Amino acid sequence: MKTIYILWIRQLKRYVRSKSRMIGSLAQPLLFLVSLGYGFGHVFEQAGQGSYINFLAPGIIAMSIIFSAIFMGMEIIWDRQFGFLKETLVAPVSRMNIMIGRTLGGATVATMQGIIVFLISMIAGFTPYNCALVPFAILVMVLVSVMFTAFGTMVASFLDDMHGFQMIMNFLVMPMFFMSGALFPFEGLPPAIATIAKFDPLSYGVDAFRTLLINQSHFGLGIDVLVLSVITFIFLSLGSYFFSKIQI
Amino acid sequence: MQNIIEVKNLTKKFKDLTAVDNISFDIKKGEIFGFLGPNGAGKSTTIKMLTTLLNPTSGEISLNGHNPVYEANEVRHSFGIVFQDPSLDDELTAYENMEFHGVLYGIPKKLRRQKIEELLNFVELWDRRDSFVKQYSGGMKRRLEIARGLMHSPKILFLDEPTLGLDPQTRNHMWKYLRDHNKSEGITVFFTTHYMEEAERNAQRIAIIDHGKIVATGTSEELKKQTNKNSLEDAFLELTGNTIREEEGSSLDKIRTMRRRWTGGRK
Ligand SMILES: Nc1ncnc2c1ncn2[C@@H]1O[C@H](COP(=O)(O)OP(=O)(O)O)[C@@H](O)[C@H]1O
Ligand SMILES: [Mg+2]
Repeated sequence: MKTIYILWIRQLKRYVRSKSRMIGSLAQPLLFLVSLGYGFGHVFEQAGQGSYINFLAPGIIAMSIIFSAIFMGMEIIWDRQFGFLKETLVAPVSRMNIMIGRTLGGATVATMQGIIVFLISMIAGFTPYNCALVPFAILVMVLVSVMFTAFGTMVASFLDDMHGFQMIMNFLVMPMFFMSGALFPFEGLPPAIATIAKFDPLSYGVDAFRTLLINQSHFGLGIDVLVLSVITFIFLSLGSYFFSKIQI
Repeated sequence: MQNIIEVKNLTKKFKDLTAVDNISFDIKKGEIFGFLGPNGAGKSTTIKMLTTLLNPTSGEISLNGHNPVYEANEVRHSFGIVFQDPSLDDELTAYENMEFHGVLYGIPKKLRRQKIEELLNFVELWDRRDSFVKQYSGGMKRRLEIARGLMHSPKILFLDEPTLGLDPQTRNHMWKYLRDHNKSEGITVFFTTHYMEEAERNAQRIAIIDHGKIVATGTSEELKKQTNKNSLEDAFLELTGNTIREEEGSSLDKIRTMRRRWTGGRK
């Protein structure tokens, strides 16, 4: 327990101390929110879809979570390059506990990001339809954060250096974000896109946020939570497995 | 005296490269043992197998009576290590790095605090305990790593090229701590180096490794006698030949070179 705690607190300290990283990771969602939210607002409203900012905010929250969670998971590559990973790997602690501590730390940071973006979007004009549901939305944020931190850990276990990181970002994370319905409604999509979206785990996170924050649901909250939980479980298991196989 | 490390027919292959080739050696409890060899000889790979970071391709290892492959936890409690490359968290303070280590090794809080103070004083970093490690010089980082490696009172301390890039003053200082600690605590020290004089001055026994094979073992005197040379350097060249070793371009080596270029730190 203490070992999990110390790994967790380390991730938090690193996050809080690195101001530039914190600002950088908030700037991007903010940019999307402002440019898309105000830029497409008219078109969206004229199409009879209601407020685009309201529609967009849950998607942008999902975006900030997926990016920071995967980044936190993949910080292992960084730790490997800077040697610190070895210090944890020779310690008499099971790889499972290291994985849990790191994942919880990363997921906490990603959830915090999600909450901050939620607050920022409220300043930008977003209004959740029922404040009593916000805590549940935060629970889903935790779930999505754990899912993608574990995913990042899993992927990072295969990679030796930062080149791989760019590849993963461009060919996995970006498509997952853009295909998730974070920026557009699922209704009325061409069948090909709709099918891809269905296989994108982030779609279910976005859908759950929309259900809880603006009362618009596509898959249904039950399905969302079920899919998210199952995939989280799979990523966690695979992540622990591959992490336990790391040799230096 | 009993052997604290026993290695028998140890081999490690990376695809078609045999980095460590059927080596055997024993180290006695309380001994300071020097593992001397040119770049790419297989020193770090041997240490990684002894310290549970790599699984051997074949061969037997017994460390403090335990097998690193099957009894990793017992083995991990038995040793402390200073890696060839830095392994501190730069974003944490020296104290936090020590605290992190102490918690991972399950040292109870009171003892932990006491140990941290004692060891940071020992390596003369107590006054700088709250500085971030990224503000430390190469020598200070090394000292901190030594303090950290000693914190859980290991029976064996591994040092992989511990003085690489340090100035002679710091090097001297560091070895003074280590010899003191060896005397007072009876800790076994296993270090690698490619500096002859470091091996000669500090090691009670030396093994020379080249191309993954141990080519000679003995005290510095014995090695000189065996090769009929006056200095360990000549003995070493006699045993390992004169060809210059290019460090193989494994990705880790590249990272190492890159790091050095960026940080200009420890060479
Ligand atoms: N993970 C690895 N994959 C492939 N080759 C490796 C790996 N680690 C080390 N090597 C190679 O094994 C040889 C021995 O390396 P090493 O043990 O680091 O040497 P030393 O520490 O004596 O300089 C070198 O040729 C090195 O390039
Ligand atoms: Mg080496």
